[in-house]
Amino acid sequence: MTEMLLETRALTMQFGGVRAVDGVDFALAEGELRCLIGPNGAGKSTFFKLITGQLRPSAGEVLYRGRPITGLEPHDIARLGMGIKTQVPNVFDGLSVRENLWLAARRRHVGRAADRSVEEQMDRLGLGALRERIVGQLAHGQRQWVELGVVLAAGPELVLLDEPAAGMTDDETRRTAELIGEINKTHALIVVEHDMQFIRAIARTVTVFNQGSVLVEGDVADVLRDPRVRDVYLGKKVAA
Amino acid sequence: MIAQVSALLRGHAGTTALALVGLGLLFGLPLGLETYVLLQVTVYVTFAILALSLGFVLGFGGILCLGQSVFFGLGAYTYGIAVTDMGDSTIPVLLSVAVPSLFAAALGYFIFWGRISDVYVGVITLTVSLIFFSVVNSTAGPQYHIGAAAIGGYNGMPNIPGINLPFEPDDTLDPNGVFYLTMGSLLVCYFGLRWLLTTTFGRVVVAVRENERRVELLGYDARRYKLLALTLGAAIAGLAGCLFANWGSFVGPSVFSVVQSAQILIWVTVGGAGTLLGPVIGSILISWLTAVLGTQQTLNASLVLGFILLVFVLVVPGGIAAVARRARTAAARLGAFGAARRIGREAHPGARP
Repeated sequence: MTEMLLETRALTMQFGGVRAVDGVDFALAEGELRCLIGPNGAGKSTFFKLITGQLRPSAGEVLYRGRPITGLEPHDIARLGMGIKTQVPNVFDGLSVRENLWLAARRRHVGRAADRSVEEQMDRLGLGALRERIVGQLAHGQRQWVELGVVLAAGPELVLLDEPAAGMTDDETRRTAELIGEINKTHALIVVEHDMQFIRAIARTVTVFNQGSVLVEGDVADVLRDPRVRDVYLGKKVAA
Repeated sequence: MIAQVSALLRGHAGTTALALVGLGLLFGLPLGLETYVLLQVTVYVTFAILALSLGFVLGFGGILCLGQSVFFGLGAYTYGIAVTDMGDSTIPVLLSVAVPSLFAAALGYFIFWGRISDVYVGVITLTVSLIFFSVVNSTAGPQYHIGAAAIGGYNGMPNIPGINLPFEPDDTLDPNGVFYLTMGSLLVCYFGLRWLLTTTFGRVVVAVRENERRVELLGYDARRYKLLALTLGAAIAGLAGCLFANWGSFVGPSVFSVVQSAQILIWVTVGGAGTLLGPVIGSILISWLTAVLGTQQTLNASLVLGFILLVFVLVVPGGIAAVARRARTAAARLGAFGAARRIGREAHPGARP
């Protein structure tokens, strides 16, 4: 068996009487693109927080390239090469777009190389026209792109995206899907998303969370046909 | 070469102009002012250094330090005690910077590694200043001394020897020399901090203020940056304390008081948090105003200062710096408008203005 890029073993997070994440075994191969879906409160965002060290798990283990990273500080984990776009845009609102990306690029590059890396990301994401704008004054969709730029400029090996298309227009969503495909050529990704169209557009393997555990995992077409998935997730959506 | 220099100067026109003003004041004021006034100005400049220290910690580090007076007082007492014991002021001056820095580093370690944030940092730092105030207050009596230096409790430490030229204890600075030292320190601190804010360290410190979580998710240890920012602020406040004790040859426990801490906060708020020049100007204006108000009996000085603070907090939260920035933008717009009108007139000479 080849070594997995990211693995969790019986990962559990208990908040009082609630098990937000309950014994999750998860494995992601190098270069893989995985989608996480599940109803609200299924534990997807908590799962991300456990992986990135923002929360300390109550039990279980997280391994990155076979190395246990459970309980490390978020900045230590980030340095191993993990980048995350959080559900609520997590950017430097008072600073310019360029400064936001520079702060990310500076982790890997020094001097001119950092500036070059910033320019590359801005070109890639079409942020060039916004470079001197203060991020807090941008529209929600634009801030999402800035955060994507920040995550990519840091040059991670594994990219976690929590609802990257939330609040985007159809056109922006389509561009995001394209971008994810492009990122996946060089990086492994885990994407949490609610938008089924979006999932269909990007996904190959899908993991479905429900009530803190993995309900089912497999090829996107099979998973979306699975009646249990329809019950917990799609069924509700249709009914709503 | 000349073109490069002039381009560099143009790119930093504001900084260059400010540096010239600063140097002009440094060398001009001792020539133009009477000694009494120069002494007064010297203490304002000392306060400006103190304001600058909190301006950096609060405005750029985003650390709500309500006990900046602790570092100021520690600097003042360290200088007073050390110079009384040693005679020569060279080492005491260095100690007055080192002791507050070390104390801030230790305090900051517990605060930041304990993940204490925002308003609780304010509570802790304020409490620490109260502790220092009451401890030092209760050290009257001959049994409280460090070496030959009596701490003096609520009476304070009188007759603190002045600063002398390095390793020349007999060459004590005259009022002009003290002014040069104080104003020079302000210039070094101010331009040093401005430079620092352009470095990676400075930019990450500002980023921590903006979004600590994002900084950590990018792989920076935010705690380390906050600790260094607090420590640097303490070093500058300690230097101000040293200069203050030297200026009046006296230090009393009121340097640790809540009033002192509040005073620094008022300087920064009125001047404008998030800028470096704002706190400097705010501290000098408020100190001058306090002195002026002290010469009359009609209005209570604290009442007037309280009113000014209220007005600034409620009406101009950005402080004097924000007002100046708005005025500059407005002036630029007016200028552009005037230029447009002129161009319009030139294009259509017959048109009425």
